[in-house]
Amino acid sequence: MMNYELESNDMDQELKIELGKQGIFVTTIEDLYNWGRRSSVWPMQFGLACCAIEMIATTMARYDLARFGAEVFRPSPRQADLMIVSGTVTKKMAPQVVRLYNQMAEPRYVIAMGACAISGGPFKQGYNVLKGIDRYIPVDVHIPGCPPRPEALIQAFITLQEKIDGQHLTGPDRPRYLDANAQGEFPVPERGEHDLEPTSNQGVWPVQIQGLRD
Amino acid sequence: MTSSPYFSLAVLFVAALGFGLAPLGLAWLWARAFSPPKPNPIKNAIYECGLVSKGDAWVQFRSAYYLYGIIFLIFDVEAVFLLPFAVAFTGLGAAACAAMLVFVLLLVEGLAWAWAKGVLTWV
Repeated sequence: MMNYELESNDMDQELKIELGKQGIFVTTIEDLYNWGRRSSVWPMQFGLACCAIEMIATTMARYDLARFGAEVFRPSPRQADLMIVSGTVTKKMAPQVVRLYNQMAEPRYVIAMGACAISGGPFKQGYNVLKGIDRYIPVDVHIPGCPPRPEALIQAFITLQEKIDGQHLTGPDRPRYLDANAQGEFPVPERGEHDLEPTSNQGVWPVQIQGLRD
Repeated sequence: MTSSPYFSLAVLFVAALGFGLAPLGLAWLWARAFSPPKPNPIKNAIYECGLVSKGDAWVQFRSAYYLYGIIFLIFDVEAVFLLPFAVAFTGLGAAACAAMLVFVLLLVEGLAWAWAKGVLTWV
């Protein structure tokens, strides 16, 4: 713990800036590693609904997500780092989304894009709409909007990059994927008689769900 | 030993080997320390897909389509020759027309043969 505190570069921030003024560049392996990771986040190529159109626009020339190193949309979950849940997740689609998330290699991140993906949105009262994908998989960044503009997706992406930048390689607050004992499987829900079973993953969604309208 | 004419070669060989192996070793060490494996049945599934794979991949299917493909290609190429022939038809002599007729008849003969062999019948 003590050792970790000393290694943390937060304490040396002023010294780093001072050395930078003198023309000396100082970095840590952690910083270099995170810089490399955040600069080449490859999203998975899939869209669920109208938000996907905005996601596609974000990758095209006008908004150009490639500026942030995320232009390579992978058609296979095994090559992707980022899942952008762009659109309404129906209860028929939710098991597939969770299954694809499980098939992504660690470390993996999720952006829930739009009102539907974060809460069910305008279709929340629909019997077949999942009220937020964060009931089954851990979501890193939520973007509200119906649909969010490409700028909003870019801001969410930059927020994710900041999150990646702040992740420590060692210590008690290191992310889940670095913990050898942490599990990597998120149970895939199945279609039950009235609702998905289970209605949520208690590990990522501790709130109790009472009925279909919750 | 240092006097051997091959000494410098040996040094270069070891350096070249190290140059190749060191990054591999470092990558292996990094993976050991900072990417603990988290296998599970879904992740290790043979085919990555939102849906569970069903059935066996070892199924038989007919490869008959390639015969259709080849016959189509022959007549496709024939059309390429027929078009300039038709354009220049009025200015051509009897010998040119006979040559073209032979060409077309050769291909028609091939079609008739394929027809007789039952290639055009889809089963």
